[in-house]
Amino acid sequence: MDSVVDTLKEHGRESFQNDKKYIDLGKSQERLQRRKIVNIVAQSMFSLTIIFIIFVLGLLLFNIIKSSIGWLDWEFLTGRLSINPAKAGIKSVIMGSFMLMVVVAPVTMVIGVATAIFLEEYAKKGTLHSIISLNISNLAGVPSVIFGLLGLTVFGRMFGLGSSILAGGLTLSLLVLPNVVVSSQEAIKAVPNYLREASYGLGATKWTTIRKIVLPSAIPGIMTGSILALSRAIGETAPLVVLGIPTLILKSPESFMDDFTALPIQIYYWTLDTVLTREYANLAAATIVILLVVLFLLNASAIIIRNKFQRRN
Amino acid sequence: MTDTKYTMKIRKTPMFENIVPIILFLIASISVLTSIGIVLTLVVDASRFFAEVPFSEVFSTKLEPLKKDPSFGFLPLITGTIVTSLIAMLVAAPLGITSAIFLSEFMSSKMRRIIKPIIEVLAGIPTIVYGFFAYNTVTPLLMKLLPDLGAKNALSPGIVMGIMIIPIVTSLSEDAMSSVPDYIRKGAYGLGSTKLEVATKVIVPSAISGIVAAFVLAISRAIGETMIVTIASGSSKQFTLDIMQPMQTMTAYIVEFTSGDAGSGTIGYYSLYAVGLMLFIFTMLTNLLARHITKKYRREY
Repeated sequence: MDSVVDTLKEHGRESFQNDKKYIDLGKSQERLQRRKIVNIVAQSMFSLTIIFIIFVLGLLLFNIIKSSIGWLDWEFLTGRLSINPAKAGIKSVIMGSFMLMVVVAPVTMVIGVATAIFLEEYAKKGTLHSIISLNISNLAGVPSVIFGLLGLTVFGRMFGLGSSILAGGLTLSLLVLPNVVVSSQEAIKAVPNYLREASYGLGATKWTTIRKIVLPSAIPGIMTGSILALSRAIGETAPLVVLGIPTLILKSPESFMDDFTALPIQIYYWTLDTVLTREYANLAAATIVILLVVLFLLNASAIIIRNKFQRRN
Repeated sequence: MTDTKYTMKIRKTPMFENIVPIILFLIASISVLTSIGIVLTLVVDASRFFAEVPFSEVFSTKLEPLKKDPSFGFLPLITGTIVTSLIAMLVAAPLGITSAIFLSEFMSSKMRRIIKPIIEVLAGIPTIVYGFFAYNTVTPLLMKLLPDLGAKNALSPGIVMGIMIIPIVTSLSEDAMSSVPDYIRKGAYGLGSTKLEVATKVIVPSAISGIVAAFVLAISRAIGETMIVTIASGSSKQFTLDIMQPMQTMTAYIVEFTSGDAGSGTIGYYSLYAVGLMLFIFTMLTNLLARHITKKYRREY
């Protein structure tokens, strides 16, 4: 037994001595040093990319705010549109965007939540479920310009809505529908099953359970998703431009069948016309500030609703 | 007396219970109808275009839709789209992937909670704002570096589009990287690897399907992007590969033409739908590719 151990020891020592020839401690130390340096260099370069991204974001905001200074005042907010940059105001533009949202919010909420309820509570699995959900994820990937063509053909020409607020609102509703459906589905999925079972146990029917138990618990999630979808809709330009919104509308829209202009469209036309009148860039920047403030408020309210909901759980 | 009331109630409820799913189904089918509507409008009106314009002309380089004797070669639009999307990817791919690695492997979770939302703010900014930024800030900046650059060019909107799609690349790749289980990471650290080695030799290869899918989705977004290129890239229909020159993308062509240049019923009007159909097919293919990559090459842990 001892002899075996001795042989093993001897063998170990031998192999250790052999290895010594291959492992050069100095060299490996050097390599380790190099690897550490490479690591630190890479890390600082990576952090530089983050700093660069934040810098670009800052540059964007800084330049827009800088060119809006002196133009953004109460008269600009409440005045009427005008070819003369010094006199132009965006009251009718804000009105247009607001009325668009008055169309988009209920339409997407009703269609989106109903679709989500159908998918999550009634057609849980099976062909129908997979057809509709595959379809929704495909719709989410369609460029907004294509939705504009759909709106132009179906709402604008077939339904004869032209380039009215209703046509624009319905087009934007279809565009953001996938967002609302997916977030409502998530919210409905998150309602624990024991709540449903307790409701059934008390003798409630399926629809009563959905209406009185599932929807009330899912409403914060649905609201958050819908507000985020609205904030996407309010900044969308391409579908509205494709609908053929006229270039300069001086009147405020009064009904949903009126032609209109909205914040992003007005930014677009003013940016395009910078070539003609330099001051239009300032008007566009001031309008962008308004749009960004609206977006900030929408997102902040979505975050507040979400946080309140999380605390309660 | 009470008995009859009771039975009436029972009879009444199931009726309503049966109607609700039908109503919900009808509403849910609106999304399917939307897809069908999109395909139909594009195909029907595009077929009117293709009935009059031969395919050989479509793939030529001469695009003169408003002339008396118009010609519809869409190659300038296709190259315009590909070139601007390529520039965008050259910006977004390196910046997106390095910031994703940094977020997922180098940062503490506390820092990540601050930095990630800041990057995602970029995704929430409307594209029209980026268009204004490209035209009024980035192009003048680039003109100082490159004096030959025109006021409208493909370079500036390409770069800005790249900045716009960074959040897509970053957050999707970061998701893929954080879903690599921690024991793999710890195993690599146990062997004495540095953070960079763990990130580049272990985490990125394990998450590669998610990262590639993120790239493809970002490309799809760049192809379908409209306002940035419409504003900053101009409406020149010349066939060129020079990024200092103005170029028109497919999306910008659609916007230019619907703004009232072509009356309904003309070939010019129908060419809109032909371009729309091409754009639709392009983005559909890239989206399907992204889905295929995530499904087929995803590693299950």
